[in-house]
Amino acid sequence: MKSKLLSAPYIVWMILFTLVPLGVVFYYAFADVNTGQFTMANLANMGTYTPIFLRSIWLSLAASAICLVIGYPVAYYISQTKPTTQRFLSMLIMLPMCMSFLLRTLAWVALLEDTGIINRLLSNFGIGPLPLIRNNGAVILGMVYNYLPYMILPLYSVMVKIDRRLIEAAQDLGCNSRQVFGKVIFPLSVPGIISGISMVFVPAVSTFYISQKLGSTGTTLIGDVIESQFKGAYNPNLGAAMSLVLMVLIFICVGIMNHFGEDNSEEGMVTI
Amino acid sequence: MRKVNKIFTILVFIFLYIPMILLAIASFNSGTDIAVFKEFTLRQYGNLFRDSTLLALLRNSLIIAVLSSLIATVMGTAAAVGIHSMGGRMRSVIMGVTNIPMTNPEIVTGVSMALLFAFIGHLLKINAILGFGTLLIAHITFNLPYVILNVMPKLKQMDPDLKEAALDLGCTPVQAFFKVVIHEVMPGILSGALMAFTMSLDDFIISYFVTGSGFITLPVEIYNYTKKPIQPKIYALFTLMFAVILTLMVLMNLLQLRDSKKKATTQRKDFMKR
Repeated sequence: MKSKLLSAPYIVWMILFTLVPLGVVFYYAFADVNTGQFTMANLANMGTYTPIFLRSIWLSLAASAICLVIGYPVAYYISQTKPTTQRFLSMLIMLPMCMSFLLRTLAWVALLEDTGIINRLLSNFGIGPLPLIRNNGAVILGMVYNYLPYMILPLYSVMVKIDRRLIEAAQDLGCNSRQVFGKVIFPLSVPGIISGISMVFVPAVSTFYISQKLGSTGTTLIGDVIESQFKGAYNPNLGAAMSLVLMVLIFICVGIMNHFGEDNSEEGMVTI
Repeated sequence: MRKVNKIFTILVFIFLYIPMILLAIASFNSGTDIAVFKEFTLRQYGNLFRDSTLLALLRNSLIIAVLSSLIATVMGTAAAVGIHSMGGRMRSVIMGVTNIPMTNPEIVTGVSMALLFAFIGHLLKINAILGFGTLLIAHITFNLPYVILNVMPKLKQMDPDLKEAALDLGCTPVQAFFKVVIHEVMPGILSGALMAFTMSLDDFIISYFVTGSGFITLPVEIYNYTKKPIQPKIYALFTLMFAVILTLMVLMNLLQLRDSKKKATTQRKDFMKR
């Protein structure tokens, strides 16, 4: 009975600093900038930002899909190596996650710029300069680069838990390697796919730094608009309304994905 | 097929590491442009160690990371033990709330806390409420779920009879916790604390929204730096941090390896005895 009380400080803390702040977001989203009175104006304003919302969703969906296509074979390869190699390789996947993503993104600017490394190399062959930066492609590349480890790790942690005996059983029953993959490995890795996609999609759809550095004014994302409401043109009410819409949007997307995965959310948890 | 996959994996690792290698090379460059290597120099490292503001910012980051991960580890471990002893419904409600900071995008967490602090500041008529305190609160908040999600599985794996045995042998529940339970869940506590520490040290987005001019951490200042033409000593700092983190990770890996080998040999010995 007593041990339940141990979680009391945590519960109070989470109410104060997780639930109440979300309530405050609601409050600001429905309050007028100047008078603080109830208004729907902030949310009604969202209509003008529809293209930005759509662009954010489409760019981050593209990034999630590319991460899945790139990450899946890598995770599979790692899961097939010796345990020592596995540990070393997953460490190499984790390491970039611990380094400043600001500077790593900045390095991509140096690579992709008109006078950047790639264009300099190409000019030796008389090509270019190619427009590699300040477009949708560069923003997607930045997202893929930053969030690829978040796709590989949950995929790997699900694949490595697949029981070898299941694969052997499938082989004994006459499956060739392609069938083993299609009938055993892939279905069992679905929870990892679901959690990988949501771990890439959520930060990608709300990013603002990547689009600031690799994009242009034509690639403004939701995150950019929210950031500017708090740090530039100070309108916290509009920013709160956008955050609210973003939250609902992610809630729906993650809900749909979890529906596909039939609640296997704990399987893909990333732990060191 | 396996060979193709191996080559593909190597290419992906190159893709992941090229930008970091570039920054490391840039730290030895006497010019300021990453794209043009002028000549080798160690001057940037000298500049870095003479820059007292950057080192002070690093100290700020470390203070916040140590304090927030310590507090989150203690509060989170206690909470995990409490949640573990709860009934199904209560537990799933609390775990649902625990997942909010994990599923919510960081920008929303940052904005919601910034608005809360602005609101409190407005009520208490404090103008400059953002600073050390708000930053620490925010970091503890986003660290807590990592601790809980690392400790909970270890509590589930633990044999409940162990605790019962300790209680039967006359331990008070507190003694049972410190003599038995804590040793069983220690790996979870440690990995939770470590994750919290690295998350906190590297956090930019949430810190950016809840920090004031009074107390700034390194990632936030790096963001301010990247708006202007960047000073190459930042690359030197990046390279040093890369080296430190790489060393720590390799060490951890070796320790784990030794640990699992030890376990394997003791298991083998146990087997032989039988």
